[in-house]
Amino acid sequence: MRRESGGRIDRTRTLRFRFDGRDYTGHPGDTLASALLANGVRQVATSVKLGRPRGIFAAGSEEPSALVQIEEPFPEPMLTATTVELYDGLVASGLPGQGRLATEPDPARYDATHAHCDVLVVGAGPAGLAAARAAARTGARVILADEQPEPGGHLLGTAEQVAGQPGTEWAAAVAAELAGLPEVTVLPRTTVFGHYDDNHLLAVERRTNHLGGAAPAHVARERVWRIRARRVVLATGAHERPIAFAGNDLPGVMLADAARTYVNRYGVLPGRRAVVFTTGDSAYAAAMDLVAAGVKVAAIVDVRPAPGAGWADRAREAGIEVLAGHVVTAAAGDGQVSSVLAGPHPETGAPAVGERSFDADLLLVSGGWNPVVHLFSQSGGTLRYDEALSTLVPGASRQAVEVVGAARGVFTLAGCLEDGATGGGAPAAAQAAGEPYWLVPSQDYRTHFVDLQRDVTVADVLRATGAGLRSVEHVKRYTTAGTAHDQGKTSGLLTTAVMAHALGVPVGELGATTFRAPYTPVSFAALAGRDRGALHDPVRVTALHEWHVAHGALFENVGQWKRPWYYPRPGEDMEAAVLRECRAAREGVAAMDASTLGKIDVVGPDAAELLDRLYTNMMSTLAVGAIRYGVMCRPDGMVVDDGTVIRLAEDHFLVTTTTGNAATVLDWMEEWLQTEWPWLRVHLTSVTDQWATVALVGPGSREVLAGLAPGLAVSAADFPFMTWRETEVAGMPARVCRISFSGELAYEINVTSWEGLALWEALMDSGAVTPYGTETMHVLRAEKGYPIVGQDTDGTVTPQDLGMSWVVSKKKADFIGKRSYARADTARADRKQLVGLLPEDPGRLLPEGTHLVELSSLPEPPVPMLGHVTSSYRSAALGRTFALALVSGGRARVGERLYAPVGDELVPVTVTSHVLYDPEGARRDG
Amino acid sequence: MAERRSPAAAFADRFATASKSGALTLAEIPFLRQINVRVDPESPAAADLGAALGVALPVSPGTAVRSGEVTVAWQGPDEWLVIGPEGYEAEPLRAALGDRHGSVVDVSAQRTTLLVGGPRAREVLAHGCAIDLHPSVFGPGAVAQTMLARAQVVLLPQQDGFLVLVRSSFAVYLAEWLLDAATEYVT
Amino acid sequence: MLLIPCPWCGPRDEAEFHYGGQAHVAYPADPGALSDEEWARYLFFRDNPKGSFAERWSHSAGCRRWFNAVRDTATNEIHAVYRVGEPRPVTP
Ligand SMILES: [Zn+2]
Repeated sequence: MRRESGGRIDRTRTLRFRFDGRDYTGHPGDTLASALLANGVRQVATSVKLGRPRGIFAAGSEEPSALVQIEEPFPEPMLTATTVELYDGLVASGLPGQGRLATEPDPARYDATHAHCDVLVVGAGPAGLAAARAAARTGARVILADEQPEPGGHLLGTAEQVAGQPGTEWAAAVAAELAGLPEVTVLPRTTVFGHYDDNHLLAVERRTNHLGGAAPAHVARERVWRIRARRVVLATGAHERPIAFAGNDLPGVMLADAARTYVNRYGVLPGRRAVVFTTGDSAYAAAMDLVAAGVKVAAIVDVRPAPGAGWADRAREAGIEVLAGHVVTAAAGDGQVSSVLAGPHPETGAPAVGERSFDADLLLVSGGWNPVVHLFSQSGGTLRYDEALSTLVPGASRQAVEVVGAARGVFTLAGCLEDGATGGGAPAAAQAAGEPYWLVPSQDYRTHFVDLQRDVTVADVLRATGAGLRSVEHVKRYTTAGTAHDQGKTSGLLTTAVMAHALGVPVGELGATTFRAPYTPVSFAALAGRDRGALHDPVRVTALHEWHVAHGALFENVGQWKRPWYYPRPGEDMEAAVLRECRAAREGVAAMDASTLGKIDVVGPDAAELLDRLYTNMMSTLAVGAIRYGVMCRPDGMVVDDGTVIRLAEDHFLVTTTTGNAATVLDWMEEWLQTEWPWLRVHLTSVTDQWATVALVGPGSREVLAGLAPGLAVSAADFPFMTWRETEVAGMPARVCRISFSGELAYEINVTSWEGLALWEALMDSGAVTPYGTETMHVLRAEKGYPIVGQDTDGTVTPQDLGMSWVVSKKKADFIGKRSYARADTARADRKQLVGLLPEDPGRLLPEGTHLVELSSLPEPPVPMLGHVTSSYRSAALGRTFALALVSGGRARVGERLYAPVGDELVPVTVTSHVLYDPEGARRDG
Repeated sequence: MAERRSPAAAFADRFATASKSGALTLAEIPFLRQINVRVDPESPAAADLGAALGVALPVSPGTAVRSGEVTVAWQGPDEWLVIGPEGYEAEPLRAALGDRHGSVVDVSAQRTTLLVGGPRAREVLAHGCAIDLHPSVFGPGAVAQTMLARAQVVLLPQQDGFLVLVRSSFAVYLAEWLLDAATEYVT
Repeated sequence: MLLIPCPWCGPRDEAEFHYGGQAHVAYPADPGALSDEEWARYLFFRDNPKGSFAERWSHSAGCRRWFNAVRDTATNEIHAVYRVGEPRPVTP
């Protein structure tokens, strides 16, 4: 219930919310957890495996228990009630361990930003604030990130004083000083969740979540910060840890410091009558704060025979019974705690009070403190088990990282302030540590929970060690302890300690499980940022793209490019459109946007020498003004790319690459040039985007070109195949190449990309030209048996396999790939070779990828596979379907019948030459 | 001359709208002359090219120098990008190089130039650019080839904002990205 | 995200670079003179140490220059970067 006064909540404003179908109110400053407790809601969820009632166990991101699903304003699963800031109109429900994703798209915006700083301070508690202030006062670029909405850290939950003023006021003053400095960035509501190599840290800033439905639509809801820091100060604090005893999962069992936070920070009484179970002094402070707030604290059960100096006396003065040398043996109740059983600590010699039972609705637990070493461990730092503190503390750093305050085991306020200000350099002063105590012995460990979220008990851990498991990593996987949403923040070390108990070894001997990012769950939406939808991956478009869109083209993705696939006319399906486009190219005149081909300018006295080394064929003999097709292979002899080489001058070439390979080929050429042959005097410059390229194809293409380029002598004699000319086309300076990828008379016209659209429109305005897309291009080239690298090849195919021995020079002393053609493997007669296939049913279209077999009926597997279909189309020119395939020993099989298993059918096909149309090449001159 | 169209021409209105708030200026500066120059920086040819440019080729990585309206930006140990107004010609540079080893390639249409200016320019770019854009380390006189969002760019810091040179085929993507990243600052 | 020091441009995010495998594996001067086994060794065999490894990187989104780096494969620490053609420096 809510206290009369106090807490960092705004009591002048009321927020309405609904939980599990019931309406409640709270105030700004509340979390969902504090508001539920204020309304007397004890049970929040049920557990994932056992269906046991679960309440609120902690007050921060270490919460293992109070899992909720947000329903409104937008569905969001698997949040903890302790980390959801309350807002008006919030609708939520408790979760039985698993949440439910939204079914509609998230309307919110998400983004990311990069940041650089001299010092990143993680955590704005006393140590972090002191560290940030010290760094900022030197003029350094500082980022201070903290997961809470306001600075102060542990001070927010206590009534402690700093420098003679309330701790929260001191924190606000320091934060204000920092915020006033131009080179300091203070990030509240920001969780640093990953610490990677070279001090690269990721943080997520929750910017509008706390506004609920009132969040402005144009502001990114969450932002991922990608921070590069010269130095990192981790002031991440500590988590209190639980103790394993019977019924320790009941609603009403709560970490002692969490109860203190609810009382002080949220003005909430988490119960009326409490018992405290502790191993150290810090829970006494919590008990005193609860008493001051009006909670009846019946007893403090302290495992130590002699509690810390002064604390027991102060407790007794406040009317609290102190049971030194005792333990809580069980929490009991129906759905929540109603009584607490205590008994003597069996291993101490303290005078026993005997078995006691207390009526209580709240049981505070403090098993000591674990420094939050997650980020330090992620950064590559080693962890060390500190016997005095009975916990893991940071050991050696691997990066420029310092750990200060409670995160390195400094548990006093004065110590944290000093530690932060001096950068954690000083050895931690000896301090009153609690007694290491983890597990209350029992005959029955089935309700001694170690991991509340995974429903893992001491009995489960004992089963794991009983099965012979000795490594903490193995026990983690066997029991799932520490693998839930909370990643074992409260359960990890406890599980290790229970193992150690079972195995009779010191806890420190077992080590720790690996801490992995993210520290707390991060939504995929935040990680995606604005890289989704249309911005998911760059869409590259040519200068002609707007025309294609306006004229109804459908598009194909080729690498990052959008290429027109085909241009259906009203009433046409793809098959009809492609057959029409193919006919236009073979019988009339057609044009394609070929601007996506990669283009590399190659210049220098040794340019021809470089190309001779990289291409399988000879380029140095190419005449100025001429063009040659070429193939590039890897040293293992396999084809990587093909294209044309244009000789612009004695020392100047233009190389084209396939659309998807432009960057790869440039990198490849640079790699050889820079790393193997740096003495070659050649420069390579990408000019892919400089030029728009239009392929003008078909028997009518010469006439169309002549109409637009009156200054160009276009006859076959004046402008032979595989040459280029510089001229004007439609008034634009252009380079026209006589290249054909279809077997027809064809030209490739290049103008600057600024003028590409004007060129294309001039061609279309000539009236006779049919635009065609990549599908038609594929059909036309396949009819001629021209392979597409990456479709008809897969990195295991040589030029010889493709039937292109003619492109492999016999004269050159060496070129990349040559030596491999002398390997036995590349000479095997049963290598897969490119052939054509004609289905015996001329209307039958084989799916690409279909396997090929020799047998007309399938025997028991394994069935010998001969190869597969790489390309398959309907051909207007052939009046039938056809395919290209890679077939074992294929060229020797021409004329043979093979079978293509399609579903349950074996489709008979005849092997042919891969050149199916105009094998004599009669059409290229028109 | 036929009608030219710049790669981000379709964005003129949306850029203008986004620039109204005063927080940010977005615009395409189309048709600038861009010339890729490759030459051994120690060679006499490099000195002659510097003379033709009116300023020595900068040899410190990541630096750009100006000569009147022309900027010469370091791109690599033997590579520079010369950026000039539309009428600037490559021919004098070709002549300065002569038939010595090197290259002068007109790449004006290879990339277009976007201006990202105004008080929030640095923040907008930081959403997609991993290098440190702080004026103490990346101010006028610097140049960087890097990634902005998922596009390769050449960044040139100006007195007020940045010039972003982007491949023509990526210009539509990057313009959409910039407008999206700008939303929070201009709404 | 590693921060890789390009010998020209200085430290840049790993995403700007392409990896080129083991350094100092030169293309044989006369491949035709090699036995199949020697050629296969050049083609297919590379070291895979735990610890310091000299490898090639290209600053592909930046200055497009190839260079060599000595990286500890266990910690990702880069002990040295050096230009192509320079000998591998002595590193820890
Ligand atoms: Zn570089």
